[in-house]
Amino acid sequence: MTHGTAAVAKVDSPRSPYARRKTTRGNYELYSWVFMRASGVVLLVLIFGHLFVNLMVGEGVHAIDFGFVAGKWASPMWQVWDLLMLWLAMIHGTNGVRTIINDYATRDVTRGVLKGLLYLAFAVVVVLGTLVIFTFDACPPGSPAELLPSFCTA
Amino acid sequence: MWSWVAHRVTGVLIFFFLLVHVLDTALVRVSPEAYNAAIGTYQTPIMGLGEAGLVAAIVFHAFNGIRILLVDFWAQGPRYQKVMLWVVVGLFVVTMAGFLPRHLVNVFTGGH
Repeated sequence: MTHGTAAVAKVDSPRSPYARRKTTRGNYELYSWVFMRASGVVLLVLIFGHLFVNLMVGEGVHAIDFGFVAGKWASPMWQVWDLLMLWLAMIHGTNGVRTIINDYATRDVTRGVLKGLLYLAFAVVVVLGTLVIFTFDACPPGSPAELLPSFCTA
Repeated sequence: MWSWVAHRVTGVLIFFFLLVHVLDTALVRVSPEAYNAAIGTYQTPIMGLGEAGLVAAIVFHAFNGIRILLVDFWAQGPRYQKVMLWVVVGLFVVTMAGFLPRHLVNVFTGGH
């Protein structure tokens, strides 16, 4: 095309059918939207319960030590509670931060790097946290008895 | 608009605390001494104030999240979104009024 005044701009006919550009495969963003709302309600209950028991009951934050954690995880209810809280909160939080990165990081490379770091942090924290809950030893050998829960010496 | 900004800011804050919190709790697998030393730093006055801020962020994010849910799923939700924001603020004030005195007393007078 020349740059003269005779050049005619080529534009699509207004009658040409609109072709929607598919940017994602499947309904991933819909499921993510539903998950945020469903997990949010469950997390409200789990986290408010967690904060109440750990910060409001008794001496609050001052009561927390190894024996406190061991006492809680002696009960399967608190193991399930904490495991569910770990997984739901990490998926909910990672998905939220993913949305924020998508909104503000406009360069492809920046967005890719940030999301790579995010997913790495997700994997490390979820795997570590899950292993800790399942392999926890309330009475590690060689530790001073006064640091351990009372049932270790019973 | 501002509730949307606050929801994002509190969400990111809570997420980064969660990463740290799983790591400090993981110290129970190292030794009771290591865990007690880490949790001991959570019991200082400065961290106690940080915990108050963290709980405030969680409480706002939780109640505003329920508001988002109602806007999305309740037929009258969009109409009452502004009223519901004031309900969120009210519930936030009530919840923090219940939590803050007890927590601050624990932080500044309790302990070992």
